[in-house]
Amino acid sequence: MIPRHLIIGVALMLAAALGMSLYVWHMRSTATYSTPAAVDARPVPAPVSGPSEQVTLWVAYDVPGNVRPQGARIPLPSGRQERAQELLRALIGLYLKKDSSHPLGAGSEIREVYLVDPGLAVIDTNAAFADGHRSGVLVEELTVASVVQTLASNIPGINRVRILVDGKTRDSLAGHADLSVSYDVGQVNQVVQQMQGP
Amino acid sequence: MRSPNATGRRAAVGIGFMVLAATLSLILSAAPEEKRIAIYSNVANYTLNLVSRNGQDYVGLLEILEPLGTVYAKGDSSKWKLRYKDVDGEFSAGKTRAKVRGQSFDLPANFLLENGRGLVPISSLVTLLPRFLGGPVTFHQEARRLFVGDVAVHFTAQMVRTAPPSLVLNFTSPVNPSIATEPGKLRMVFTHEPLVPPGTQNLTFDNRIIPSASYQENNGAVELLINGSAPLFAKFSNDGRTITVIAAVEAANTAPSSETGTTSSAPGITPATSVPPQLRKYFAVVDAGHGGDERGAALGEQLVEKDVTLAFARRLRQELESRGLSVLMVRDTDSSIALDQRASLANVTHPAIYVCIHAASQGNGVRLYTAMVPNVGESHGPFLAWDNAQSAFRIASETAENSITSELQRKQIPVHGLMAPLRPLNNIIAAAVGVELSPRGSDTSELTSAQYQQQVASSVAAGIVLVRDKLEAIR
Repeated sequence: MIPRHLIIGVALMLAAALGMSLYVWHMRSTATYSTPAAVDARPVPAPVSGPSEQVTLWVAYDVPGNVRPQGARIPLPSGRQERAQELLRALIGLYLKKDSSHPLGAGSEIREVYLVDPGLAVIDTNAAFADGHRSGVLVEELTVASVVQTLASNIPGINRVRILVDGKTRDSLAGHADLSVSYDVGQVNQVVQQMQGP
Repeated sequence: MRSPNATGRRAAVGIGFMVLAATLSLILSAAPEEKRIAIYSNVANYTLNLVSRNGQDYVGLLEILEPLGTVYAKGDSSKWKLRYKDVDGEFSAGKTRAKVRGQSFDLPANFLLENGRGLVPISSLVTLLPRFLGGPVTFHQEARRLFVGDVAVHFTAQMVRTAPPSLVLNFTSPVNPSIATEPGKLRMVFTHEPLVPPGTQNLTFDNRIIPSASYQENNGAVELLINGSAPLFAKFSNDGRTITVIAAVEAANTAPSSETGTTSSAPGITPATSVPPQLRKYFAVVDAGHGGDERGAALGEQLVEKDVTLAFARRLRQELESRGLSVLMVRDTDSSIALDQRASLANVTHPAIYVCIHAASQGNGVRLYTAMVPNVGESHGPFLAWDNAQSAFRIASETAENSITSELQRKQIPVHGLMAPLRPLNNIIAAAVGVELSPRGSDTSELTSAQYQQQVASSVAAGIVLVRDKLEAIR
């Protein structure tokens, strides 16, 4: 004769096995019919906090009205395009500081930099960059020269630079500096030399 | 599953919204400009905005009388009393009956009282205002222009058949219209002048370059439109009583047919072929930067760049003319001219030098700019690319810049020469120099100093005269 407690134990184990089977069956059905979570397929931006590198920023000075090289260590990603963006963001960051040598309007930003072969860099700035810019031939030229020279001296292979505002061509930066054309890097370099004075 | 009816209803609602949005955007884009009335008097000339109520145009009576003399108004929710000098008036909200100088009369529409502001229909002004003012008023109701007393400004238009032809407009009082140019037209808008129409509103002249002009008044302003087959510009003289509209080229009937290309003002391509000698009238073109709505840099609380550039350009013209050089001013008034138009005007007159003027509050002294263009422009047969038109004249521009620099240095005025991406320098087919005037120190008031401007203008003119022969040779 089978002891009673053994029968009860086996029955409980069978009930537990049946319950677990039902639960697994239920879980399987849920997994089959539920929509998979949406996957963000967009490329992940390169980390800005890459290794710090020594770069040369060409910084504009309203007084005496020139552009001078200034060494800086900034974290740079490995991609050319991303490096160009971070370089210019670091430069604009200097101009947004309180004691800037060449203040730009609050909220000025570099949205994107596109490197288009052969040798053309397209800098897309935000509206605040142009709308908040001070007006004047020299003060606008200092900004253009600083941006173009910084880009060209740190990213090899750039011959021409085009500046857009909010993705669009604009006649001028703030009434004077022409933004409807591409800047020749060699000519901007000449202007930077001229700015140093006789 | 959705029924076809429900889907159809949703589509219909969607289309309905789209139609509504399109209709609203059309209505908004076609919104008429604000209605105004202009009032001209011996005391002041001014304009007021109108409000529309019950299909009628209304204006605030207090606002009309305020600039003309002492006026005081008070009232409650139904009665409104107004005293102008020693004349009392009484009006009732929602009623036509009014009383002025103790005499009752009827307005053509109800008097309205809105937040304590008494509004009268503009059609009542011709009978209402004489009761307060004690004198006659003339009202051009269609154009909403009201003349208090004998204030009208008359004008005559006379065609002078010189080469180039000019249209001389003589006014009985000084005028200061805003001027805009567009291909084939010069538009003058008089908003503060009590100008009255000539005998006929359409004037025709027996001239192919300036064939006609028209007078039109509307919404409190007068528009005088001069039609031309060549670029036109206006020159003021006789303390603002005379405006001379001059064509930038000689009469077409004396020009060869091949000249058509040279008079084109369309940007894109500039003819590189030489311009017929008879068009070489001006030695220098002086272009005061900005103008009209385009104010340029804010140089101080009340000072804008366009005013400084115009004042300095006038001095420079005087200095050049006193040295025997003929000068064309691109603008001699507060008018808005596009950069391409400035370049076109300069190019068709084929000057030896083009000087554009700018001003800035930052910096130290004077900065001279030459165009930033590639060394060699793209060639398209006999044409130059518009953006690089200056490339063939870089040496001439540098020659002029160096000479001006020497003259400024001789007078110990700080000067710095630079290339700059400054339009329209790169579109000019002549020596082209930009002059940016800035104070020698931090005092921006020096920008308006007659002495400082004169010193700089004199040096710039002297520098140009020194290389006159070289510039003529290159031209």
